[in-house]
Amino acid sequence: MDGTLVAELSASLSPDRVHNDHLEQVLYGRDASLMRGDAGVVCFPLTTAEVQACVRAALRHDRAIVPRGSGTGLAGGAVPLEQPLLIVTTKMTGIEVDLDNRVVWVQPGVINLDLTRHLKPLGFHFAPDPSSQQSCSLGGNVANNSGGPHCLAYGVTSAHVVAIEVVLPNGELAVLGGLGADPAGVDLRGAFVGSEGCMGIATRIAVRLTPNPPAVATLLADFVEPAQAAAAVSAIIAAGVVPAAIEMMDQRITQAVEAFVGAGYPTDAGAIVLVEVDGLPGGVAFETEKVREVCMAQGARSVRVAADEAERMLLWKGRKTAFGAVARVKPNYYLHDTVVPRTKLLDVLRQVYAIADRHDLIVMNVFHAGDGNLHPLLVFDAREPGILDRVHAAGEEIVRASLEAGGVLSGEHGIGLEKQPFMALQFTQPDLDAQARLRDAFDPDGRCNPAKVLPAGSRCGDLAHLDAHHRERLLADGVWV
Amino acid sequence: MSAGPGPLAPLPDRVVRDPVLLAFADEVGGVDAGPVAVEGGRTQWELGGRSEPGTRLVRAPAGVVAFEPAEMTIQVRAGTTLDELDAALEPAGQRVALQGLPRAATVGGVLCVGLSGPTRLGHGHIRETLLQTRYVSSEGLLVTAGGPTVKNVTGFDLCRVLVGSYGTLGLLAEVTLRTRPRPQATAWLAGPADPADLFDRLYRPMSLLWDGETVWLHLEGYPEDVAVQTAIALEAGLQPMAGPPPLPTGRHSVEPGVLRRFRPDRAQRSGFVAEFGVGVVHGEWPGPTQGTPDASVVTLNRRLKQLFDPTGRLNPGRDPLAPSNGKADHR
Ligand SMILES: Cc1cc2nc3c(=O)[nH]c(=O)nc-3n(C[C@H](O)[C@H](O)[C@H](O)COP(=O)(O)OP(=O)(O)OC[C@H]3O[C@@H](n4cnc5c(N)ncnc54)[C@H](O)[C@@H]3O)c2cc1C
Ligand SMILES: Cc1cc2nc3c(=O)[nH]c(=O)nc-3n(C[C@H](O)[C@H](O)[C@H](O)COP(=O)(O)OP(=O)(O)OC[C@H]3O[C@@H](n4cnc5c(N)ncnc54)[C@H](O)[C@@H]3O)c2cc1C
Repeated sequence: MDGTLVAELSASLSPDRVHNDHLEQVLYGRDASLMRGDAGVVCFPLTTAEVQACVRAALRHDRAIVPRGSGTGLAGGAVPLEQPLLIVTTKMTGIEVDLDNRVVWVQPGVINLDLTRHLKPLGFHFAPDPSSQQSCSLGGNVANNSGGPHCLAYGVTSAHVVAIEVVLPNGELAVLGGLGADPAGVDLRGAFVGSEGCMGIATRIAVRLTPNPPAVATLLADFVEPAQAAAAVSAIIAAGVVPAAIEMMDQRITQAVEAFVGAGYPTDAGAIVLVEVDGLPGGVAFETEKVREVCMAQGARSVRVAADEAERMLLWKGRKTAFGAVARVKPNYYLHDTVVPRTKLLDVLRQVYAIADRHDLIVMNVFHAGDGNLHPLLVFDAREPGILDRVHAAGEEIVRASLEAGGVLSGEHGIGLEKQPFMALQFTQPDLDAQARLRDAFDPDGRCNPAKVLPAGSRCGDLAHLDAHHRERLLADGVWV
Repeated sequence: MSAGPGPLAPLPDRVVRDPVLLAFADEVGGVDAGPVAVEGGRTQWELGGRSEPGTRLVRAPAGVVAFEPAEMTIQVRAGTTLDELDAALEPAGQRVALQGLPRAATVGGVLCVGLSGPTRLGHGHIRETLLQTRYVSSEGLLVTAGGPTVKNVTGFDLCRVLVGSYGTLGLLAEVTLRTRPRPQATAWLAGPADPADLFDRLYRPMSLLWDGETVWLHLEGYPEDVAVQTAIALEAGLQPMAGPPPLPTGRHSVEPGVLRRFRPDRAQRSGFVAEFGVGVVHGEWPGPTQGTPDASVVTLNRRLKQLFDPTGRLNPGRDPLAPSNGKADHR
C-alpha cells in the first residue's frame, strides 16, 4: 500500500534511510509521554533538499507529515496519528559557527549538549539546558520552545533563536527571522518557535552564542519545611536578585536522587533549593551573600556554596538525573508541567500534595521554582489495575489547581496531545480561533502534525461574518452557542 | 457553526469582564464599524506607511492595572505612556527593558512598532518583555494572547506576531510585561577605539555605539563589576562621558558581523551611529545593507493579514513589510 511512496522516497533519499518495517513503526509510534500512535513510513533525511523531497512526496500521496527529533517530548507532540510520514531529523547534525555574528547555525538533529560542548572551547554556550539535554535535539527545543534550569535569567529557547530555515507544509522553503537587526515583516520566527511541529519543519537554526560567565557560584539551601523553601524562592526574587537558576526539590525526590548518584544532598531535609548565580565576580559575590542571607532569614538549616567545580557539577548532576532516579522508586512516572504565579507557588504545592493523597498516589516535586514552573511527578507501577485512571484524574486536578491560581497549562513541555483537552479551560473560543488562524497561515491544509495542540473545532469559520448579537454573546461567555 | 472544542468551558477568570476593556472593544466595534486604528503618542506615526484617509482613530485605555513586585511582572493598559510605566515601577527598584524612548510613547505603540532601543545588546529585543496581551480583533472581540506568568508555552504564540504588526492584526488593549531589577551602577564612556576589540574583551555590555571613529560604551550592573569593566575601557582609550551621542535620523538594519568588517573611509565616518553587536544603524549608512525578504516570507505575512483581518479594517495603509530603512526617525 505504501509501495509507491516508499519507492519515491527511496529514490530521493536512499533506501537505507526510508523505513517501513513493523519494528521501526512501533519504535517511532511514541515519544517520552505515555501516549502511543501509529507511524507510517519513517524517513531520515540528511539535507534540507531531502526534507523538501519528503514533504513533497507526502503531498503527492496526500499523507500528513510529522517532524520528529529525539522523541524525548513529554506531551505526545511527536506521536504519529493515522500513519503519517514521519520525518526524523537525527541524522541532520551539522554545526557551523559564525563568530562575527555571534551565532551558530545548526541542523535540527544536533543534540543540545553536543552543541554546548562544541562551543565550550570558543568561550560560549547555548543557554537553554533542558534536563533532557543529553538526548533532546535543537529542532525539538525550537518546536517546544524548551526551557531548563538556566532559563530563569537567560530566557527560554525563543530568546536565543535568531533565524530558522523552514520547509513549509507545502514544500517551499522560507527563512524566518534573520541575522540582521530588524528582519522585515512580523516576527514569524517567534511564531514558529513553540509551534510543536505544526507549522513546518525546521531544517537550519541560527542560535545566539552566549558568552560563558567569568564567575559562577552554586548554592544548596536546606529547609525543614517545603513551605520555607517556597517562601525563600519568592524572597530571593523579591530581593531584586535574578539568579541564573533556582531549582527546588522536595524530600522524596531528594532521597531518591541521593540514593541514585550521591550528590551530597541532605536526605532529612523537607526540601532543598539549588541556586546558581553567575556573571562578573563582584555581582556573583554580592548575590551569593544575598541569597544566603535570604535563605537563612526564611529558616534554612544551612546554605552551602559549592567549593569547587567538582562539587558544583555534582550538585547539578543530582538535579539533572532526578528523572532517572525515580525509576528506583516505581517503574513509571507521569510528569506534569504547569506554571503558576511565583507568589502562589506554596499554595499550589500544598494542593498538589493533597491531590496526590486523595488519589493514593506518590508525588515527587523537582522543578524550576524561580519562574513558578511546577513539575509534579506522579510515580506508579502501570501493572497495578486501575492506577492509570487515578494518575490521569490527579493530573487533571493539578492542572485545574494551577489554572485557578492564575497559571498556565505548560511552561516548557508543550500541549501536544496530552494537554489538548485542557486548552478550552485556559482560553476562550475567540482566543483558540486566533491561534488556529496563526497556524493556518503556515499550514492552510492542516498537513503538518495535524490534530495536535488545538482541540478540534478551534477554528470558527463564521467569525468573519459575526453579527452584533453573536458578538455580544461571545464577549460575555467566551464560547459559541 | 461548529460544536466547539469539547465539553470544557473556559474558567470564569479567563473570560474578560473588565468594563474598561469591554468598552474599548465596543468602541472599536465589529466588522461593520469600518476602518479603525489606534493613535498612541504619535511618535512613530509615519512608520510602515501612511494611514489611509477615513480611518477612525481610537485611543487604547491607559493606566496600571496590577503590579506585584515579587512576581516581576506588571499589567498595564496599552495606552499607558512609558513615563507612567516607569513611575509605577521605580519605587520597587524595577523597570521594563524599554529604555531610551520618547517618554510620551505608549506601551502599545512601542510594541506595535516593534523596534528595539539602544540597550538591545544588554536587554535583548523588546519583544521579550511581552508576556500576555488582550487585544481587540477585527471582529471586535477581545482575545487573550500568551499568558500572565513569566514562563509559558501554552498553544501558539500570538504575542510574537503582534509585536511589530503596527496594529494591523489586532488592537492592543492591555499588556502584561516582564520587569527587571534596576542596576546599582551605570557608566558611559567614549573615545576612539576598535569596537570589535573592545566588544570581545567586555562581558555583556549594555550598549556599544560606534560612528566609524568613536566608540560609546554603556555599562550597568553591580558597582564593582562596572568598575572592572570601566578599567578595561579606560585602558582601551575611552574616557568617562555623561551619556550617549545624539542619534541621527534614519534607521538601517545590517548583520552585526558587517559592522566588524566595515572600515569606513574619512568621508563615510560620523554620518551614522551603529549599535555594535546588534546591527541597528542610525543615520546614513554607507555600508552594505540587508536584502529583501524571501517571496515565501512575504506570502506568509500576507496570509496572516488576510486571516486576521479579512476585511482589511485594521489600520489600513500600514504594512509591516514596508521597508523602514531610512524612514524611521529617532524621536
Ligand atoms: C527526562 C526528561 C527531562 C526533560 N526536561 C526538560 C526540561 O528541563 N525542559 C524542557 O523544556 N523540556 C524537558 N523535557 C522535554 C523534552 O526533552 C523537550 O521538549 C525537547 O525539546 C524535545 O526535543 P526532542 O528532540 O526529543 O523532540 P521530539 O520529542 O522528537 O519532538 C517534540 C516536538 O517537536 C517537533 N519537532 C521536532 N523536531 C522538529 C523540527 N526539526 N521541526 C519542527 N518540529 C520539530 C515534533 O513534531 C514534536 O511536536 C524533558 C524530557 C525528559 C524525557
Ligand atoms: C528603547 C527604544 C528605542 C527606540 N528607538 C527608536 C529609534 O531609534 N528609531 C525609531 O525609529 N524607533 C525607535 N523606537 C520605536 C518608537 O520609539 C516607538 O515604537 C514609538 O514611540 C511608538 O509609540 P507611540 O505611542 O508614539 O505610537 P504611535 O506613533 O502613535 O503609533 C505607531 C503605530 O502603532 C500603532 N499603534 C499604537 N498603539 C497601538 C495599539 N495599542 N494597538 C494597535 N496599534 C497601535 C499606530 O496605529 C501606528 O501605526 C524605539 C523603541 C524603544 C522601545
